[in-house]
Amino acid sequence: MMESRGAQQVDETKKLKDVEISFPVVYGTMAFWLGKKASEYNSHKWTVYVRSATNEDLSVIIKRAVFQLHPSFNNPTRVVDSPPFELSESGWGEFEIAIKLFFHSDVCDKQLELYHQLKLFPEEESGPQSTKKPVVAESYDEIVFYEPTKSFFARVQNHPAAIVPRLPSGLNLPSPAPITHVKKRGDTKDHALSQWFMNFSEADELLKLAAARQQVQAHIAKLRRQLSMIDGMPPQSKATSGQ
Amino acid sequence: MDAKDILGLPKNSFPGAQEKKTRPQKDSQRKPDGIHREVYALTGGMAPLMPTIEISHLKKRQYSEKEEKISWQWLPFTSSARPDNLQLYHWVRVVNGVPPTGDYSFAKYNKSVDVLKYTDEEYEKHLTDPMWSKEETDQLFDLCKRFDLRFIIIADRFSFPQTRSVEELKNRYYSVTRALLLARAPSSTDVSGHPIVKEPYNMTHEVERKRALSAVLSQTRQQEQKEAEILAEAKQIMESRMASKVNMTLSAEVELPDNQIGNEGAEAAAHDESALPSPNIHLSSSAATPPIATVECTSTPASLRMLRVYLRTHALDQMVQAANSTAGLRTIKRVDQTLQDLGVHLKPKVPTKSVCAEHLELRKEILTLLNLQKQLQNREAEATANRDNTYAEASSTPKRAYRGDAERTIVPDSLGFGGDRVSKRDHKRKVPGRFMDAPPSPPQSKRPRKLKSSDG
Repeated sequence: MMESRGAQQVDETKKLKDVEISFPVVYGTMAFWLGKKASEYNSHKWTVYVRSATNEDLSVIIKRAVFQLHPSFNNPTRVVDSPPFELSESGWGEFEIAIKLFFHSDVCDKQLELYHQLKLFPEEESGPQSTKKPVVAESYDEIVFYEPTKSFFARVQNHPAAIVPRLPSGLNLPSPAPITHVKKRGDTKDHALSQWFMNFSEADELLKLAAARQQVQAHIAKLRRQLSMIDGMPPQSKATSGQ
Repeated sequence: MDAKDILGLPKNSFPGAQEKKTRPQKDSQRKPDGIHREVYALTGGMAPLMPTIEISHLKKRQYSEKEEKISWQWLPFTSSARPDNLQLYHWVRVVNGVPPTGDYSFAKYNKSVDVLKYTDEEYEKHLTDPMWSKEETDQLFDLCKRFDLRFIIIADRFSFPQTRSVEELKNRYYSVTRALLLARAPSSTDVSGHPIVKEPYNMTHEVERKRALSAVLSQTRQQEQKEAEILAEAKQIMESRMASKVNMTLSAEVELPDNQIGNEGAEAAAHDESALPSPNIHLSSSAATPPIATVECTSTPASLRMLRVYLRTHALDQMVQAANSTAGLRTIKRVDQTLQDLGVHLKPKVPTKSVCAEHLELRKEILTLLNLQKQLQNREAEATANRDNTYAEASSTPKRAYRGDAERTIVPDSLGFGGDRVSKRDHKRKVPGRFMDAPPSPPQSKRPRKLKSSDG
């Protein structure tokens, strides 16, 4: 089936083939023990959130985030329509929170679901809980949009929250839309909790992976040598039959 | 001479005579009063511990409970469902001397269909048809009215010599009704909600549908089995194509003819069905496949492309699953174990694009490694099977030599990866009785030595 990749029309809704735009995000919870004010049914105050990994404004793609809490909460379906996409509550129990992300119409009409286990109690038995230092549980992930439309690409190609690949030459894109001045900051750079945000660096992981691969490759080479030697050996039965 | 003499049996040993005497005695003892003997026997021949029914109860209750006086009378009645005024009679439950009022209780079930009646004018103006004469149409409508649109009966009763099929009759009836509705309506929007206006009767479709149904119904068992087999095969082929396509895209080479998958599915599905579904399947599959055509640059499997938006971790999971699809459960566990021993997270903590790619490559390399180990073991086993037939002692050492190397790589757990000497010591412990005079030299030097000793 012949597809002429080169022939791109100036069509805003046309999808850019073999192109993906990804948005690194971090989502999770932060829980503070209430200390003296803690009661049996209200021992912690916590916040669940979805933020850009580089703390940029995610409302460029996210239209709405719906946090589904434990049914014991009043109105367990909490809708957040503007950044920062977070929700604060208080309670006593740990449970799984479902986060459903709705994107702007030019981005994608499908929703994305994330799941996170709220953590109130620290891992190790590190003595009495502190009201100052929260229990943080964050996960890193990347939202990948495969074959975005031209208009979407043009809109976000210069946005700091996005990882945008270099397009193959020959593609004519409309000039990037000017960044409109937003009244309210949607980024989380100066967020109240930003001092506790975890850092995710791919460098460590890449190093480990590279080292592991090297080891495995070396072993593979050794085994291949051994195998070729066995294969090269004359069959013993023939040599010894004379005995 | 007597058979009994031969057999040695006593002369008067017929037991039946004796039993007859005892049985009547027993039965007369047991027969109770009030209920039949057999019924009594149902209970096991013993009286129940608690009396279940008190006979006094049976006779008492019926009257005295109710306040009202109930009597039954043979009374006449009429039904609104009857067109005539026929009076019939039936038993009526009369309460305190007052007979019940109201219509006959079953009259409300006398429903009929609203068959439209057209005037001759209307017929001339809107309803003429070259295939149908007015008399035929009139009779059709009369039959429809009489038989409540039960077309099977109508088809049977239709008297004109030109035998019309059920579909033809339906077609005529529905098109006339539709035309009539449209003509009578003050504006077309008023009736646009009516089902026959929205979806007119499609005769060819109906004929085709019934033919297909009867074909399916009249399939022999053999044909059914064949079809099930073909469908299962098609499914398998599609799955294996998806899997191989995933593998191919991961190694990023060939342009797969995706349309074939769609076609194959369409062929199998449209095996004996009517012509209509298969063009639809064909169209939808060809519409879906253009974006998937060339796969040289990306390593995105088809299932992810369909999603348009997905999480990197989800994508990695899918690709890992695809890579593991050919491996058994034990192998998968070994891969995971190896990853852990190498100090790598089973699921990356920072799943960026490059991290995921590296992770996937690592997994694949580990799979290759495990495969090679298995191959090596097999070859060794073959080799030793040959040698064991001829050698007693010397045969063991080459076995050990090779196994030592392989085991060094298989058992990395506490020893870490690549600790040669340490694992060799382990190996010695495992095989206490044997001697291992050679230091851990590379196999090449060992083998020539072995051969020399064997030849000698």
